[in-house]
Amino acid sequence: MSNSSTLPVAPTSRHKTVRQNLSRDDWIVRACIVVIGLLLAVFILMPLYTMMSKSVENHDGDFIGLANYLEYFSTPALFLSAGNSLYIAVISTGVVIVTAFIYAYALTRTCMPFKVFFRIVALIPLLTPSLLGGISLVYWFGNQGVAKDILMGESIYGPLGVVIGSSYWVFPHALMIVITALSITDARLYEAAEVLRASKLKTFLTVTIPGCKYGLISACFVVFTLVFTDFGVPKVIGGNFNVLATDVYKQVIGQQNFQMGAVVSVVLLVPAVLAFAIDRIVQKKQVALLSARAVPYQPKPDTLRDTLMFAFCGFVALLIIAMLGMAQYAALVKFWPYNLEISLNNYNFDVMDGGGWEAYWNSIQMALYTAVFGTIIIFFGAYLVEKGRGFDAGRTLFHMIAIVPLAVPGLVLGLAYIFFFNNPANPFNFLYGTMAILVIATVTHFYTVSHLTAVTALKQMDPEFESVSASLKAPFYKTFLTVTVPVCLPAILQISMYLFLNAMTTVSAVIFLYSSDTTLASVAVMNMDDAGDIAPAAAMAMMIAYTCAGARLLYVLLTYGIDKKTQAWRNR
Amino acid sequence: MSTAVDQKPFLRIANLTKKFGDFVALKSVSLDVYESEFICFLGPSGCGKTTLLRAIAGLDIQTSGSIEQNGDDISGLPPAKRDFGIVFQSYALFPNLTVFRNIAYGLENRKLGRKQTDTRVSELLDLVDLADQSDKYPAQLSGGQQQRVALARAIATSPGLLLLDEPLSALDAKVRVHLRTEIKDLQRRLGVTTIMVTHDQEEALTMADRIVVMNQGVIEQTGTPEEIYSEPATAFVADFIGTMNFVPGIVREVGSVKVSGAELTCDTGTFAPGQMVTVAIRPEDINAQDLSDGNNLIEADIRHLEFLGSFYRAELGGGVLANHPLHADFSINLVRRMNISVGSKMPVRFPPELIRLYADSEG
Repeated sequence: MSNSSTLPVAPTSRHKTVRQNLSRDDWIVRACIVVIGLLLAVFILMPLYTMMSKSVENHDGDFIGLANYLEYFSTPALFLSAGNSLYIAVISTGVVIVTAFIYAYALTRTCMPFKVFFRIVALIPLLTPSLLGGISLVYWFGNQGVAKDILMGESIYGPLGVVIGSSYWVFPHALMIVITALSITDARLYEAAEVLRASKLKTFLTVTIPGCKYGLISACFVVFTLVFTDFGVPKVIGGNFNVLATDVYKQVIGQQNFQMGAVVSVVLLVPAVLAFAIDRIVQKKQVALLSARAVPYQPKPDTLRDTLMFAFCGFVALLIIAMLGMAQYAALVKFWPYNLEISLNNYNFDVMDGGGWEAYWNSIQMALYTAVFGTIIIFFGAYLVEKGRGFDAGRTLFHMIAIVPLAVPGLVLGLAYIFFFNNPANPFNFLYGTMAILVIATVTHFYTVSHLTAVTALKQMDPEFESVSASLKAPFYKTFLTVTVPVCLPAILQISMYLFLNAMTTVSAVIFLYSSDTTLASVAVMNMDDAGDIAPAAAMAMMIAYTCAGARLLYVLLTYGIDKKTQAWRNR
Repeated sequence: MSTAVDQKPFLRIANLTKKFGDFVALKSVSLDVYESEFICFLGPSGCGKTTLLRAIAGLDIQTSGSIEQNGDDISGLPPAKRDFGIVFQSYALFPNLTVFRNIAYGLENRKLGRKQTDTRVSELLDLVDLADQSDKYPAQLSGGQQQRVALARAIATSPGLLLLDEPLSALDAKVRVHLRTEIKDLQRRLGVTTIMVTHDQEEALTMADRIVVMNQGVIEQTGTPEEIYSEPATAFVADFIGTMNFVPGIVREVGSVKVSGAELTCDTGTFAPGQMVTVAIRPEDINAQDLSDGNNLIEADIRHLEFLGSFYRAELGGGVLANHPLHADFSINLVRRMNISVGSKMPVRFPPELIRLYADSEG
């Protein structure tokens, strides 16, 4: 009756550690993790390593220690740029975070009218290359700008223009983070504060701010890094105001000084990595504020607050529309500012330098490849890491490598790619100058956010699906294809949308990598602007914007269709 | 273990140990399970019952020790190479597949013909009484129906072993009671060896052929529900299953213990005179009538009466019980007949055969 009869077991086998035999599935999963992990290593870690070693070499490839860095720090012209980058990044962060917070607050916590409209307008900058803001500013406030007088003699070409242009295009990035942070709240906390007779200000300071603290911190780091490493805006509107990103470009393209380019890249990389690391540490401290029983917050009308917020959001929305609208107007005008007749002349890209219509079609092709292959690899990789059994070391390592791209500025990645792939001794050398390398660079550059989106979606699935499948002897790929993929389809679409939009608009990741056969639209915008063809540059930037808006619309329709079709089994 | 003595065990677990870092979740657990048995792993949360089940399934493999199923050593096999069906607390039904396809999922991997698969699924749908729900998605079913789909899916391939991980705890009380009988019936009809993990003693007592009571990574006792209830092997089991009064006592001589001022006759077993013990008796075993025998009588005050529906739970104090009040259950009938109320003084009897002694440290 008591403890079951002791069994005759040899004393030696008592403490022998049991190792599980691996099934065929386990082998396949592990092999896939290793293969994708190696690809990540080849396309992220090795180029970065090559770049870093380049920064401690001389022109002949000999190791010279930190001599290049010494030269860098003792050349005031170069060193000054670091200060400039820091300066505009800090100011833009301040401007954007304050604006985004108020805007997000209005969207989530007030009864202001037209919220949907304001939400859509705020996302416009995501659809355009960062250059577009700069081009628009030239038409508004440039030497022949319509509103030049507002600046009272101050020049738009310089820090002022860079801050405005940067703030414009990073605004939605910050806004989305802050909206998410403000959406996660428990109405009961506000009820408690009210019952305890806390003043509105006190409630704001003790409930609202602590509740979205981590979101705000995260948004600060994102904005800082984006502005600090951005290349497009300073290139177009920076004038003689040099920043690190434009320095890298000048060193590499202008002076062919690759070693110094590598040094500046490392200088550019360090703060980005630092900001990234601090953010990760801070976010780890965050505890779940939202229990399963939290009650969503429902704002109550408050005429004064709602009116003020409406005015504020209206002003911000007006600025965004003014930026986009001016770019469109400039693209359609025959000869600014002398002949304001409307025509499509500027869309005749084939007669300008920069790549012509072919660049546009290349961009679409590249964005589609990126969206399709990127999504497949990223989602499958995330699945293997998240749902694989055992092999903890490999899965953890994979996850760590997948996080790295977020900390690497596009320009740095692009330069690292030249160093790595342009080497004739490299077996991957054949990729150099092809469409493939553009796709690979873009997928790699935007890997982390997509990977994390996939991981989040996968985490929401019952962890026992894989256990049940194993007990039913279903191979893992069957469950992956028949259950995981259909259930995660919304997230998969979201990832491909994200990749497509970024592939269409990015300049920094591809500026060093395109060849004459693979010019891209965003690069054409920059090159036409460089050549003084500002109106056609605006026209091309608008083509990108239309394409992205179209893709976005298609995405909304698809999501809606999927929602309708699957609502029988999706209970939300 | 009445019927199974001369049988070969179907599942033989030997010295199973599972460590999570420094934490030892299972401490050298050994257990034999026989063909067609319904076994319940019962214990508080964190006792290791789910860990043991997952080790048997191969989902979280043990650190050391062996498992044999049907004579084969399966200790190191991955789950896919083992022969079992499993139902989880969450059911883990595939949300995008219909009831039919959920049940057919395992059969599709068996290279059965389409027709054979359909026949088998229909058979299973009838078995769990869901024939009219086959085209619905899990989200469109009630909790109890989802549970039955999960069960049908688990037994579809006729596995030798059925594992149930808290299969009823996500359900309403009423549905739970109903499904208890249903699962038990199904198991008896199919004759499939079944292991169920539960923290609900009522569930274990009503469903199991044998209960394995676990605590802190070890098996406290294995036995039939009756054995576990009436002859709990340890103070933990006595306390965990049902309600039990515990009072400190000392063995006076063989066959007698001293509790406070009173001497009680009982089986002192292996305890030596002078040893400190914990004396245990269930509230329903304390008699207020039929005192004819005359021994083990104690004078008690009724300090408090708690109405619990079909019976009253009385708190007995005063006299020798002053420092260690006990609970006794009296039927409504008895309370009415004997006119028991708070403040009543009356003798109660502790039947010697129902008193159990445990070593002092365990109490």
